[in-house]
Amino acid sequence: MSGAAPWTIAGVRAALAAKKISARELAAEFYSRIDRRNAELNAYLTLSPERAYAQADRIDAAVSRGETLPPLAGVPMAIKDVISTRGVRTTCASKMLEDYIPPYDATAAERLERAGAVFLGKTNCDEFAMGGSNENSAYGPVRNPVALDRVPGGSSGGSAAAVAAGLAVAALGTDTGGSIRQPGAFCGIPGLMPTYGRVSRYGLVAFASSLDKIGPFAGNVADIAAVTAAIAGHDTYDSTSAAVPVPDYAAGLEKPVQGLRIGVPEDYFGKGLDPEVQEKIHAGIALLERLGCRRIPLRMPHTDYAIATYYIIATAEASSNLARYDGVRYGLRAPGATLTEMYRQTRDRGFGSEVKRRIMLGTYVLSAGYYDAYYLRAQRVRALIARDFSDAFEKVDAIITPTAPTTAFRLGEKTADPLQMYLADVYTVTGSLAGVPGISVPCGKTRAGLPVGLQIFGPHFSEERVLQIAHAFEAAGGFSL
Amino acid sequence: MSRLAPEVLSRYEPVIGLEVHVQLATLTKAFCGCSTKFGSAPNSNTCPVCLGLPGALPVLNKKALDLAMRASMALQCQIQERSRFARKNYFYPDLPKGYQISMYELPLAIHGCVEIELEGRKKRIGVTRLHMEDDAGKSLHEGFAESGRWSYIDFNRCGTPLAEIVSEPDLRTPAEAYAYLNTLKQILEYTEVSDCNMEEGSLRCDANVSVRLRGAPQFGTKAEVKNLNSFRYLSHALEYEIERQIELLESGGTVVQETRLWNVAAGRTEPMRSKEFAHDYRYFPDPDLLPVSISPARIEEVRRSMPELPDAKVARFLRDYGLTPYDAGVLTATRSLADYFEAAVRAGAPAKAAANWIAVELLRRLNDAGKGIAECPVEPAALAELLAKVEKGEITAASGKKVFATMFDTGKRAAEIVAAEGLAQISDTGAIEKIAREVVAKSPDNVAKYRSGNEGVFKFFVGQVMRETRGQANPQVVNEILKRVLAE
Repeated sequence: MSGAAPWTIAGVRAALAAKKISARELAAEFYSRIDRRNAELNAYLTLSPERAYAQADRIDAAVSRGETLPPLAGVPMAIKDVISTRGVRTTCASKMLEDYIPPYDATAAERLERAGAVFLGKTNCDEFAMGGSNENSAYGPVRNPVALDRVPGGSSGGSAAAVAAGLAVAALGTDTGGSIRQPGAFCGIPGLMPTYGRVSRYGLVAFASSLDKIGPFAGNVADIAAVTAAIAGHDTYDSTSAAVPVPDYAAGLEKPVQGLRIGVPEDYFGKGLDPEVQEKIHAGIALLERLGCRRIPLRMPHTDYAIATYYIIATAEASSNLARYDGVRYGLRAPGATLTEMYRQTRDRGFGSEVKRRIMLGTYVLSAGYYDAYYLRAQRVRALIARDFSDAFEKVDAIITPTAPTTAFRLGEKTADPLQMYLADVYTVTGSLAGVPGISVPCGKTRAGLPVGLQIFGPHFSEERVLQIAHAFEAAGGFSL
Repeated sequence: MSRLAPEVLSRYEPVIGLEVHVQLATLTKAFCGCSTKFGSAPNSNTCPVCLGLPGALPVLNKKALDLAMRASMALQCQIQERSRFARKNYFYPDLPKGYQISMYELPLAIHGCVEIELEGRKKRIGVTRLHMEDDAGKSLHEGFAESGRWSYIDFNRCGTPLAEIVSEPDLRTPAEAYAYLNTLKQILEYTEVSDCNMEEGSLRCDANVSVRLRGAPQFGTKAEVKNLNSFRYLSHALEYEIERQIELLESGGTVVQETRLWNVAAGRTEPMRSKEFAHDYRYFPDPDLLPVSISPARIEEVRRSMPELPDAKVARFLRDYGLTPYDAGVLTATRSLADYFEAAVRAGAPAKAAANWIAVELLRRLNDAGKGIAECPVEPAALAELLAKVEKGEITAASGKKVFATMFDTGKRAAEIVAAEGLAQISDTGAIEKIAREVVAKSPDNVAKYRSGNEGVFKFFVGQVMRETRGQANPQVVNEILKRVLAE
């Protein structure tokens, strides 16, 4: 099927129902694509054909029995390698978990399977989801399929690249500070960070527990809606998942956006924003205005503090979350003469430098004597940033910003300067800290042909509205502005 | 024996506070659905959550929270509207997540007290706080084929729900500490918060100990003594530690603030290597768990489910059953014994007689057999049947004891034993008179003595009649008949 229009979830469904292709054939088709492209892109770390074909066969059996197919029947999907998959190696792109095979499925994976999805394999990412370029993977960087000398963004770079390159119809990523939206922007595909609590974190290997979210990448907004609907909803295994009903996202997509108030915070258009990106975003906003949205200027005064706040809270939680990788029970164990020596050797060899940097930062900010000045203060600022959002949503229905200040940068361009790398998260971490949903949708390309991402934030649990605006934007040609 | 002269010891006042960990009596663990059953095959009661596998998340066991709330109420603590689980971070092989889930800044309950009684004097001991936490696994350093090379870890206990109860430094003697722990244990058993089984580690105790010259305004430097996991160890360790500190001060030294371990074999406290406890635990709120919000309605719900506490039960036993304070005290020592007594009364046993039999006969036999009341072979209803027979005069009190012994040994009911052994009391005046006449006829000498005024001989005749009837004759009837026959 390569060369033809890209597969969509609806297309897969129609083809299966019309018996034009079987789920097994479709999976095989994607594996052959992966065969051709993955060496170059390095998007997949592990392929799971055994599980994929078993899933595909179940769908094919359902087709042959004439049963009603589940919503994601036969859809070839990729899963970021920080999401636990039973029987399929889950490395978190770390040496620490090179041979770790989870005995259980993350709730999101389980729900995808129940919805009929076919798991092609596990995708590359920054180690333990820590990074914004996918260069922190212990298994090598992912290349951006749009421009092979450039990063795909991170941390969910493998998932974004796989979908953008047609190596999966949809993929799960995770977003802690921008790890779905920014790679979506860099690779030119939509990616949704749901509200904190919308999708269960059970089985998602924790980086920063109060910020981690699982969300989808896909080629179009309708597919984002379909995958979100499949994984969203309360889970008794995650105390922080919300018992909020899941609306019919697909049904809400076609609602007109006429009259919606879109806030444009000037704080997101300052120093550091690439002029070409800014131009595209303004064009995107103008398009939404033509669709009947009302543009409302906003101030979100605590935006400047978001990066510092994020890196204190995220690293503090990470320092504790990653303590379990001690060589005792699973994963890497480096020999040592004493217990302490074994811990040291294991963690020294198992973790890459960015992970170590964050563990050290986090350990520091939680230490006796520093806790109040850093962690506690960061929590207070986090509350102020969340208030910026709730204040804004008194006046507007959604907030429109650039997803990232630049387009995809070159491999190696920022690796020497971690702080520069952190600053690339400036527009995404705000919404992460506030816990609100945000989607990045393609908003044209720069003259160099690099995709620009437009970000749409909505109030807590307003995925339906965020998707509705994104869909209207897509339908009006916004993706190729 | 003390190495210090009593005059020296008496110049100092010990100050003791206890930190007690109790296992909450839930069927499943604090944050997952694994069984808390003791003695299962190693690592059989485990899952991704309690093994701390990547991605697993804790979900609070409601029953554990209920029991911790019940304990808080029984200890007269204020339950906080909002409490919060925190992570206590440290590395240890049997701590799979690299942190313990505990409560730190916002404990479940604060400001409680326990009333202890010592030599008839009552004293209130403050309870600073009660908080919940999960237990670690167990490192096993011996007993396996390759124990020389490896340590083994059993994670069955890992994730078991605990309540930590911290007392104020209100205890002044090892005896008070003993009484406090004993009272605490009794309350927790009563309220079914914990089985308080020290052998199985359901109740563990650490102590903060310091000494000061009597009358000194400030506390001395304290040492924390760990591993006081039996009442005996508690007394011994506290006595040892108090004398150690006094000796140190008397010889011009100072007490160092440190953690010490009670070495059972050596009978002394020893400093733990600094590495084992010098932690900055980097506590912070656990982002995986929501703050615990407790509404007044929830408190009320738990209060309604609260069983009667020991003090209230004693008062009720005195009032409703007319027991002596001694019997009431004995019978309420444990809730199961009190329940046994009340079950016997409900089955028809006269209260005072039941109290007496349980406090004397039953407890003695249980003691001899090394059994607890839960394993008592005589059911309360069976005891009631026996007491009814004694009460109605169907058997004598002496026979009653024999029947009881058989019941205890065989588990048979009283009626069966009485019938089988022919112990039914003889009140048939005809039968007794026949025997009395025979006895009198056999001893003309004694009859003569009796008639000449030697009344002491009467006991001889009673004894003979009782012997002939194998103790089953009604003593009152025997007396009357003998007096009549001898007077003829």
